[in-house]
Amino acid sequence: MPSAVDAVQLRGIGKRFPGVIANQDVDVTIRSGTVHALIGENGAGKSTLMKILYGVQRPDDGTITIEGKGVVLKSPTEAIEAGVGMVFQHFMLADNLTVLENMVLGAEKLHGIGDGARTEIRRISDRFGFDLDPDVLVEKLGVAARQRLEIAKVLYRGARIIILDEPTAVLVPQEVEALFVNLRELTAAGNSVLFISHKLDEVLDIADDITVMRRGTTVGTADPRTATKHELAELMVGSELPSPETAESTVTETVELSLQDITLTDEFGRDLLSGLSLNIRRGEVLGIAGVEGNGQSELVETIMGMRIPTSGRIMLGDQDVTHWHTRQLREAGIGYVPEDRHRHGLLLEAPLWENRILGHQTKAPSVKGPWINRKGARQDTERIVRDYDVRAPGIDTPVRALSGGNQQKLIVGREMSGDPVLLIASHPTRGVDVGAQAAIWGHIKHARRAGLAVLLVSADLDELIGLSDTIQVILRGRFVGTFDPAQVTPQDLGAAMTGGEAA
Amino acid sequence: MSRLDVRSIGMSLLAPAIAILLSIVVTTIVIAAVGSSPGDFWSTMFEVPKPRLRVDIVNQTAMIYIAAVAAAIGFRMGLFNIGLEGQYTLASFAAASFAGAAYLSGWANVFAAIIVAMAVGAIWAGIAGVLRTTRGVSEVISTIMLNSIAITLVGYFLNNYGVKEGNSVHTKNIEPGTSVGGFAPFEDRDGEIWTLAIIAVLVGVGFWVLLNKTRFGFDLRASGQSESAALASGINPKRMILISMMLSGGVAGLIWMPAFFGGARNYGTSFQVGLGFLGIAVALLGRNRPVGMLFGALLFAFLSVKSNDLTFGTDVSPSIVQITQGVAVLAVVVTYEVVRRWRTRLEQRAVSRELAPTTEATA
Ligand SMILES: Nc1ncnc2c1ncn2[C@@H]1O[C@H](COP(=O)(O)OP(=O)(O)OP(=O)(O)O)[C@@H](O)[C@H]1O
Ligand SMILES: [Mg+2]
Repeated sequence: MPSAVDAVQLRGIGKRFPGVIANQDVDVTIRSGTVHALIGENGAGKSTLMKILYGVQRPDDGTITIEGKGVVLKSPTEAIEAGVGMVFQHFMLADNLTVLENMVLGAEKLHGIGDGARTEIRRISDRFGFDLDPDVLVEKLGVAARQRLEIAKVLYRGARIIILDEPTAVLVPQEVEALFVNLRELTAAGNSVLFISHKLDEVLDIADDITVMRRGTTVGTADPRTATKHELAELMVGSELPSPETAESTVTETVELSLQDITLTDEFGRDLLSGLSLNIRRGEVLGIAGVEGNGQSELVETIMGMRIPTSGRIMLGDQDVTHWHTRQLREAGIGYVPEDRHRHGLLLEAPLWENRILGHQTKAPSVKGPWINRKGARQDTERIVRDYDVRAPGIDTPVRALSGGNQQKLIVGREMSGDPVLLIASHPTRGVDVGAQAAIWGHIKHARRAGLAVLLVSADLDELIGLSDTIQVILRGRFVGTFDPAQVTPQDLGAAMTGGEAA
Repeated sequence: MSRLDVRSIGMSLLAPAIAILLSIVVTTIVIAAVGSSPGDFWSTMFEVPKPRLRVDIVNQTAMIYIAAVAAAIGFRMGLFNIGLEGQYTLASFAAASFAGAAYLSGWANVFAAIIVAMAVGAIWAGIAGVLRTTRGVSEVISTIMLNSIAITLVGYFLNNYGVKEGNSVHTKNIEPGTSVGGFAPFEDRDGEIWTLAIIAVLVGVGFWVLLNKTRFGFDLRASGQSESAALASGINPKRMILISMMLSGGVAGLIWMPAFFGGARNYGTSFQVGLGFLGIAVALLGRNRPVGMLFGALLFAFLSVKSNDLTFGTDVSPSIVQITQGVAVLAVVVTYEVVRRWRTRLEQRAVSRELAPTTEATA
């Protein structure tokens, strides 16, 4: 129920970083009790704007008005006092604590740490359909539940304006729908939500208002009731979107990667992966569909030599690589796009060109024998920046200063370098805008024609269906169904992923 | 060199400058508090050192610098090698015994003894590495224990197998042909700068090249910055820990070699303890950077050597300079962070000013 006073008014916001204008003349109005979507290309300045509204960063210019009152936010604490809370894309929960403990951590004064807090958590959970049990350990929760906990945490602290930075990137469609139900409950109760996403369908589905950013500034608003995906995309990139090409199958007969009855057991004897077998041939993309946390990470890390399977055999071409180290595997021509780019993919404090070397420390052009080839690495970084449209002030910039999507483009570009024979890609386009997503798909399809074998793990069903030659569904560490992407619908896949009937 | 470069160098000197200033202030306060005269203290300390002390300062700088590099190898990899002290004590004793036994003569003996020193240092540090990689024992704990074991061991061997002379014991003197000496920049009575001080230069250059130019150095820095990213990039973390620990210990083995071949000629009362801890402090002060540590080593050597003058000119105890040194290290750690933040803000403001009039935004 929108009220007369706007929840947030941002006027003329400006923010500059060395060599970059992240925000300039940004105007956004969030009506009270609505879901407001913010969209734009990678590096458009969305996250920066959110951080300004949450007091993480100070704007150089402009004013912030919250519920009619002008405010200056110097820290997240002040933002929370003003009623603004934020859920970051990377969750900030302590795995070894319970829901209750995570909730009260740092907010002990509000409702204590005992029964008062428990009651309040139950109240929030019931009110908005979060389905949270205060006494469960967070490590037991799936991604979607963790996300609900993050939102609940923000509400617990009294926020009425909730910022969500790419909340759906890690969710499968059913979870997205469930989240949207929660969000509608929230707005019905008078809260306002500011929501960033690169998935335009979702934006059209949930948003009441849409603001489009381009190159640091707001270029317009759109009405979700009338706007189409294409119009939004055009507003974002300022030109027509490249339409994805349809490609015929390039699958050959030669098996590049073969897993035979792979089982992985943890230290408590529980099976993380049980009896997985698969074959990927040259020129084939095998998609893995599944709700996050069903063994995808373990599968990928086992193939990459970061975990050694308890039993079973892994063959690369005709070599047994079951006990190979990650470096040997990489030298043999495996490209690896990790699911968590900050933890596994980048040295955040190092410049772009040094990150080009990471994971390719033993291959040209990064090195010459035991020496780092500075010139070669730098030139090749320039190439990646050009070919993959990585927006950065320069190749000497520390990677931390890049926007999330641009970090991702750098990783994909790096892993596609040097003609890999096999690409292990977890969520290769996570956090990447629609234009760049199409470009990355193009690169993968191109390499596939030249014989690249790909294992594609993704939460994005369109990506899986559009790119894969075969789709395997993984559930609790087992393959529970094989689908032909030409025939399958997202609904079928969704059902199989959650253990439903369609398998 | 552009204007920005000059400025950014100036900026990076700011933190150590503030730290040194702060340590001077604290030292002054302490001296005043115990009722002595800070004026006397500083005028003695800042007096131009006599030629003999100048030679000492150079020699001490060399040894402290080698120790600092040894510590920095661990730090850059995220390892805290507190065991430098034990590593170079044991290594020095082993090298002195080996050289004294005169299996070889002349330079061959010198080189062989240096190899022995590095090997013993590396092995001793390697024990901590193995404990860490196989048993998960923190290298901080194990190296502290290895320090006491090393010192006890050396004491035992020296007492049982050393040469007794009056009421002191030492290893066998090296033959005159094996002693390397040095060169005297002033008059002979002012002493010599040891020839093997050159090891410090080699170690410094080697450290820089290793870190910035080689694949191994890249792996080392990557492991120090992000263990998880290093693992995913194919670096074997256990192997890296073991190798860098041994490398650190190997360099630690060199610490006392210039003094041994330059003047001491045996391991005994002339052995200088405490260089390992000074090295750790200087590595912190110089932020593990080759040039930064050089200045740090020079400063610490200057303070230590000059403090000897205090016994004559003032009633302040020479050990007061340890407070100065300690505060400098603490302060530098803090001020670096403060200056870094302040500098980011300043840069941003500078960019704002430059970009403000233009309307074309770049992303
Ligand atoms: N701490 C920083 N230092 C320097 N530049 C920065 C910093 N943070 C962001 N930038 C720059 O500001 C611009 C906007 O980044 P921002 O993260 O807001 O983009 P975004 O719209 O969230 O993009 P994405 O969709 O890829 O997440 C980018 O060009 C980025 O490189
Ligand atoms: Mg972002």
